[in-house]
Amino acid sequence: MSGVLKTAQAGTLESGDIMITIASGPSDSGIVLELDSIVLAQYGKAISQTIRAVLTAQGITDVYIKAVDRGALDCTIKARTLTALGRAGAVLKEDLV
Amino acid sequence: MKNAIGREIPELIDGFGQTVPFAGAFQTTPTMQRQAPKVKTIRPGQSKLMDSLEEVFKKIPITDGMTLSFHHHFRNGDGVVNMVLETAAKLGIKGLKIALSSVFPVHAPMIEHIKNGVVTALDTNYMSGPVAQAVSKGILEKPVILRTHGGRARAIECGQLNIDVAFIAAPAADDYGNINGVQGPAACGSLGYAFPDAEFASNVVAVTDHLVEYPLSPVSIPQTRVDYVVKVERVGDPKGIVSGTTRITKDPVGLKIADAAARVIEASGLLKDGFSFQTGAGGASLATAHFVRQMMERKNITGSFALGGITGYMVEMLEKGLFKKLMDVQGFDLDAIRSIAANPNHMEISANFYASPFNNGCAVNKLDVVILGATEIDTDFNVNVVTGSDGVIMGGSGGHADAAAGASITIVVANLLRGRLPIIVDRVLTATTPGETIDVLVTERGVAVNPRRSDLKEKLLAAGLPVKEIAELKSEAERIAGVPDSLVTGERIVAVVEYRDGTIIDVVRQLEE
Repeated sequence: MSGVLKTAQAGTLESGDIMITIASGPSDSGIVLELDSIVLAQYGKAISQTIRAVLTAQGITDVYIKAVDRGALDCTIKARTLTALGRAGAVLKEDLV
Repeated sequence: MKNAIGREIPELIDGFGQTVPFAGAFQTTPTMQRQAPKVKTIRPGQSKLMDSLEEVFKKIPITDGMTLSFHHHFRNGDGVVNMVLETAAKLGIKGLKIALSSVFPVHAPMIEHIKNGVVTALDTNYMSGPVAQAVSKGILEKPVILRTHGGRARAIECGQLNIDVAFIAAPAADDYGNINGVQGPAACGSLGYAFPDAEFASNVVAVTDHLVEYPLSPVSIPQTRVDYVVKVERVGDPKGIVSGTTRITKDPVGLKIADAAARVIEASGLLKDGFSFQTGAGGASLATAHFVRQMMERKNITGSFALGGITGYMVEMLEKGLFKKLMDVQGFDLDAIRSIAANPNHMEISANFYASPFNNGCAVNKLDVVILGATEIDTDFNVNVVTGSDGVIMGGSGGHADAAAGASITIVVANLLRGRLPIIVDRVLTATTPGETIDVLVTERGVAVNPRRSDLKEKLLAAGLPVKEIAELKSEAERIAGVPDSLVTGERIVAVVEYRDGTIIDVVRQLEE
């Protein structure tokens, strides 16, 4: 699977969390990531890498992602991204268990 | 050139002049004479009472390029700075230097006055809010001078900060210029930070909304130093001046840190009769006082004094006999005001008395223990309390560097991780307080002792405290949060950070857009 079926969201705007919104992108658009973070200067690259790594591992290529980060740790970022993908129908539920 | 803590300080800074690099906390000795303002006289029957600020401006007269000073006891409720600057703008005055001991969000109108050239320089000890943000973005051509509370008093007394006109926000005054801070609708308690201004400025103006019959009593700032008195409708908003009561934090991490800090004090051996103490009003700092108090009660210890900004919590400790005296340079809540007005053991002290390094002894020198905060601390124990994680100015030393230099033991309390950001870094973005004056860092995951204090480290280990190397704590945080990238700063200097002795400890550079 290379895209997502529907728009979905995971996470909150609480401190220490990240809110991930995923929508399908036009084919061949690639991964379009819009990132907003309170620690953009210190962890912007790391957050972006983490999200892209999850997408790549799931074989997602054409997608639009908006991430609003409130200082989430790596494990949280991975979990929220995976959950958003699951809700978007891009990841099988079993993969999340 | 590099100063004693390895910060790169230009020899000449545009809009500031020649710099003297920081050489060590006690390496610089004074060689100057004290500042002496012009001698004045006033005849019997001559009135000091003016109808408006405008009249004061014309009478003095206030002209382009002068330095106007203000104190910050009204904090975010201050109305005087905005009123005076509005008057200056109305009269078409340009190029003023504003020496305001702390800048708060309420001072946002200053930005317009900077844009219009009314204000062209700023000298302060702490700044937060819109003005601090605008300064960080380079709104002022000249760099802001950031001093410590003791350093400002020193600069005024030693003739390095020459004040043409000091405006004293006066909660109560009489028509001959006697002032106190404990009466009237805008009562703020101690007026300590205004004392150097009143003593050394060329002209002193009392601005009040509570004019009482002569003579006012008690007197904090006397008629002998005040040129003019102006009555205005309202000097400030009492809600922004004081808080109702100051509460102990309920945050479990903050409490854990405070508990460990109190145990550090106990283990140091200083917690005995005669104990002297300073702590802030925020989070873990005030909570530390709470745990220290329990220990003092349990062991039946009577302390000598608590110092600095005073909260109701310290007042309660005074009233319960846990401290014999309070030395108050600034009151934070209604209890502090009530107490300083009524209790002779609650002393009002000036900024010089509190913290100036260049006189015959300031109160911080007599401190056993001070508890301080930090936005960043580096592995050399240098502390940043000026710039936030985004590189924008959000504070300043205030009394931080002063108390750290004076106290026998200086303890920094901080969460190892603030949000995702580790508090310990290789190199703080802006150094405010030199590591040689910081003895212990207390976090929720362990306690680090400055290698200069091996004596203390042994005591803490013997008491079973979780002592770790500061580098060890740093890697622990980075294991959880990842290693942060450093902020990229540009070349332009927006603020010069002066150590309390007048040497330059660091500069704040504008961020790359």
